[in-house]
This record gives sequence, C-alpha cells and structure tokens, in this order.
Amino acid sequence: MPREEIDIPYRLDYLSILNEKGEVDEELEPEMEQELLIKLYRSMLLNRRFDERLLSLQRQGRIGTFAPIKGQEASQLGAVATLEESDWLFPSFREMAAENWRGKSLESVLLTYGGYNEGSVIPEGLNNLPVAIPVGTQILHAVGVAYAIKYRGEKNIAMVFFGDGGTSEGDFHEALNFAGVFQTPTIFVCQNNHWAISIPRSQQTHSKTLAQKALAYGIPGVQVDGNDILAVYVAVKEAVERARSGGGPSMIECVTYRMSMHTTADDPKRYRKDEELEEWSKRDPLDRLQKYLMAKGLLSEEEIDSLEEEVKKEIKETVAAYEEKQKELGDPLLMFDHVFEELPPHLKEQREELSRELAEKEEEEQNNG
Amino acid sequence: MAELTMIQAINLALHQEMEQDNSVIVLGEDVGVDGGVFRVTDGLIEKFGKERVMDTPLAESAICGVAIGMAVKGLRPVCEIQFSGFSYMCMHQVENHAVRLRGRSGGRFHVPMVLRAPYGGGVRALEHHSESKEAYYAHTPGLKMVIPSRPRNARALLVSAIRDPDPVIFYEPKAVYRAFREEVPDEEEAFPLGKSEVVQEGKDLTIISYGAMMRPTLEAAAKLQESDGVEAEVIDLLTISPLDDEAVNQSVQKTGRAVIVHEAHRSFGPGAEVVARLVEKSFLYLQAPIARVTGFDVTIPLFQRENDYLPNVHRILRAARKTLEFVA
Repeated sequence: MPREEIDIPYRLDYLSILNEKGEVDEELEPEMEQELLIKLYRSMLLNRRFDERLLSLQRQGRIGTFAPIKGQEASQLGAVATLEESDWLFPSFREMAAENWRGKSLESVLLTYGGYNEGSVIPEGLNNLPVAIPVGTQILHAVGVAYAIKYRGEKNIAMVFFGDGGTSEGDFHEALNFAGVFQTPTIFVCQNNHWAISIPRSQQTHSKTLAQKALAYGIPGVQVDGNDILAVYVAVKEAVERARSGGGPSMIECVTYRMSMHTTADDPKRYRKDEELEEWSKRDPLDRLQKYLMAKGLLSEEEIDSLEEEVKKEIKETVAAYEEKQKELGDPLLMFDHVFEELPPHLKEQREELSRELAEKEEEEQNNG
Repeated sequence: MAELTMIQAINLALHQEMEQDNSVIVLGEDVGVDGGVFRVTDGLIEKFGKERVMDTPLAESAICGVAIGMAVKGLRPVCEIQFSGFSYMCMHQVENHAVRLRGRSGGRFHVPMVLRAPYGGGVRALEHHSESKEAYYAHTPGLKMVIPSRPRNARALLVSAIRDPDPVIFYEPKAVYRAFREEVPDEEEAFPLGKSEVVQEGKDLTIISYGAMMRPTLEAAAKLQESDGVEAEVIDLLTISPLDDEAVNQSVQKTGRAVIVHEAHRSFGPGAEVVARLVEKSFLYLQAPIARVTGFDVTIPLFQRENDYLPNVHRILRAARKTLEFVA
C-alpha cells in the first residue's frame, strides 16, 4: 500500500523571444517572411490608432461603450497570423485586431459600437464567429466546430480567445475537458491581461499560471510573453500544427496587459496604480516590434512615418464610410429579420404593429412639420 | 404500423433521421453504451458508432455549447439532457447564443439543434426530476418549445424538430414514456411545428392542454360527455411556442368558454399566454371567465405529495363545470 508520486508527463514552458529592449534570442527567433512581419506591424499600428480614435469618438458621444484593446495587439495578431483563411475564429469582446486580421472590417466595429446590429454581420466565406460578450461562453462553440471539422475529416482548426477572467467560468473548464476527451482541433488562446474589470489576476485563481490548467485536462499548455509577437507566433504555430495533424487541442496563455480601461464605462484609477501601467508601458508590444524591425533593417523612420499616414487615412475613410452608412440603416423593422428562418404568425403581427406605429409617427411628424 | 411506447417512437425517429442524414449527431450523458437512462437512444451507438452517438462528460453547458458549435458548422446535433431539471445549466448557452447567432451574424450562421429532455411529474422521482418549466424557454425569442403527448406525435414532431433550421427545445412527458402504446407508422411522418391539434371536437367548451396533462384532460372530457352531456372541444397544443393562437381562438369563438390545463406553475405559465391571446382576439365571444387548472406556484413536492400538486381529472371537471355554469 505505498504512497508514491504519480508520474504525470507534463512540461510547462514559458517562452520569450523578443524582450522589451527589442533584443532577440537568435536561437529561438522564428523564420518569418519580411512581408508577414511588415503586415503584422502595420496591423498592430492600424488597430492601435483605431483604438485611440474609437476612444475619442466615444468621448464625443458619436459611438457608445466599447472595450479598448490597447496593449494586447501582439497576443491577438501573433496568434491569428498562424491561421489559414478557412480556419475558424471565436473572439470574445476584446479581439478587434484578431478579427480585423481575419477580414472583419473596421467599419463593422464602428457599426457595433455605434449601436447597429449590422456590425456583427458575418459575410459569407468568413469563418469568424461574431463577438461573444458573456464571458467564457464562446469557448464551447470552438470545441463544437472543431468536433464537426474532425467528424467531417477536414483539416481546419478552431481558435478561441478568452481572458484571465474567463478561466474562472465553468464553460472554460467544460470546454477544455470536452476538447481533451474528444481530441478536437481547438486552440485555446488565453489573453491574460491581468485585469477582469477591477479583479486582478491573483484573485481569479490561486494557480501560479493559467497555462497549467491545461494539465488537468491532459492537453498541452504553454505560457508566453504576450507582448512579444514572435513568441506568441511561435507557440501558437506549434499548437496549430499539432492540431492540424491530428494531435488535438492546446492552450496558450499570453501574458499581456490591458493598458486601457475594461470598457469606456470604467475608470481603472479606482482599482489599480498608475505605476503598474507605467511598468507595462515599457513592455509595449508595438514599440517592441518596431525596434526589432528597425534593428533588422526591415523598417526605416521614413517607412514608419508613411505607415502612420497610411493608417490615419484609412481610419479617416472608415469613419466617413460609417457615418454615411448610418443614413441607410434607420429602419427599425429590421429587428424582425433573422429571428427565425421563417417569421411565425405572432411575429408577423408584432412586425405589423410596429410598422403601423412608425407610419403614424411619420404622419404625425409631417403634420407637425 | 407498429404499436410503440413513446420511448420506442422517439427512438424510431432518431434511428430514421440518423439513417438518412449523416449530419444528425446525438450527444448527451449515458446516451451511447447505456442507451440513455430511459433507453430512448437504445441501439443507436451500435448502428451509428461513437462519433455520432457521443457519451459526453457530465456537463450540460458543454453539451449545449458544443452542440451550438456543431450546428454552426452544419451538423444537426440532438442533445439529450437527462432530466429537464438539469437543463438550466444550458440556459445561458440557449439564451445568449443558440437563439441569437442567426440574428447576430445577420443570417450567416444558424443553429439547427434540438435539446431533448424528459419533463414533468408523476413518476415518483427524486427532487429536480419532476419539473415542468417550459415557460422559461417559451419566453425566449428565437426558440421553439415543443411538447408531444403521445407516441405518434412524439415521433412525428421530433422529426420536424431535427429538420428545423432553428433551435428547438423538445420536452418529453416522462409520465407518458411507457404509459401506453400507440400505432406509429413505419414510414416517415413529420408533423409541422407551431400547429396544435383538435383532438376532440365539441361545441360547449374548449379545454386546452399539452404533454402529460392530455390524459387527465381527455378523461375529464369523456366524463363531461357521459355525466353532464357536455361536448367539450379538446386542443392539444403540441408546440408551446410559437403558440398556435389561431386554432385556439377559432375554437373558443365557437364555444365561448375555455379551460387551460398544465402542470407548470400557474403564474406567468403558458396558460397565462393562452388567456392573453384569447382576451386580445376573442373578448366578445367569451361567455365566462377563462379557467386555469395548473400546478401551484410552489416547488413541486416529493412524490408523496406530488399527486396533490399535479392537476387531475377532478380539478379539471370542477373548473369545467364552473366555467359552464357561469352566467353573465
């Protein structure tokens, strides 16, 4: 009747390739095409500047509440850059950069935050799910899609994003457990940004890392410097390749930082110290990639300036297109579209009721006008 | 044509739908090797294999959430939740995603999934095994809530539920599961969702019910005929939501009197919605207040007292007579 250690084959790595000074570990440095690196830099820049623009639009009352992504660009873009176009993406509500990389337009972001349901419309051919707001609930969907992929003998994978707070949800556990049992090609990307509104990472779990939670489900886990796009890319790529070749699910914890507020309805000064933000600002993922690209001679000051101009112009055009689009989206009757494939009688009646009310309102306005 | 119990009839529907469409997947706790705790999924794993008949971990939210993903990717998952009392762990997945993905994605995705669960009292079960909370689901836009009452309509409605392009909650009256047999055609049969059935025609009074309560309702209707000479029209709703209010109103416009019977709690129950639709559309035809014979607004008691909670023939008769005797 011995009492002895159980042999659990498990190794948990922490991966960092490009440090905050822009120094690179040459042994670990991935071979990435220049074109891809520049595309990633441009996308980080675009999303950073767009995030800033959203904040000013929100403060001006031109859009509603939104969840800024500042500081998390590398975690998102490094992960989705490993996907094929036909793979599947399951975002939560802070993955604008990931969604945009995959083909979701910035205009649609404005539509969503501007209060139009049209913002979450997914065009045919784009395998992104719409944003999921209830925390952690989307994780299961990625397991279901991955199961269907496996069942059909296809080669795609499903990648789902969630945060440190999400790992406290039951659905996180149920999803990783299910994926482990059925060995689905699912990639679980946890953006540990240290804060779930006002609750620090240390209060979500007593575990030393979030990545180690994968151990309990018998699936590989790894922790990476989430502000190091090279490390994110390398770790996620390994997981994606494993899943694609039938090796099952993996979890990647990207250690990053939410440099802005939870949403614009929140004031982080109530619960976290400025010094913490200052510390993390030194590890900014955008600066870091810029330093790396400049040191490698892949990007010059002039090119940076011209990219800044380019994204500024793109954002300006996006905002203008959104404001133009608003004019054609006024019809409230659209709320009855897509409730069911076919509208049942009671909904036809309710649609008719609103239609009459709108006609009366219009008539009243004309008479008054 | 074979004489089947409701369990066998549902099993037949699953066999036939899985045979002709390999996108139909059954998943749930103990649905595979064990054939389900009520044996509804008996024989499926032997025929279709474990990839299509999935014995899942014990996790209701996962069963539902994973099924949503499967449905998004073009499968037609049929989930079994062992008892409806455990389906509330699916509620956030149903409410937040199953019913919304069509609208949220602008029609790009839809969720053709079925969530089956035995519901209702009368089988001397443990706590949490006897609830009748269909109103939770009926209140949810984008969701269909179906409750069969007999073997034949259980089979034919489940076929339609599986083929439906939108999510369907399919509550099975476990008190009926093995209570009696009925002839069920071997060949394919599908009844439309959203349509009720006039089970018995009559001119004096309309009794509206569904699920397990159809049995005491029909018994009460027969007694009314025998002892009172009253011709009651009996409507089996079959689909709770969307409610077939056209048929209900048509009947009550003929009879002028209505009784609604369900084992769900009274307040905010399905009966309240039926009453509202009748008052909205048939107010001037009504000759008496509409009566509700329902479970009380208490948690259903354990089995020593459950028969005093559940509507019965006596209560239905009393309500019907009171309604019939009413003079304005």
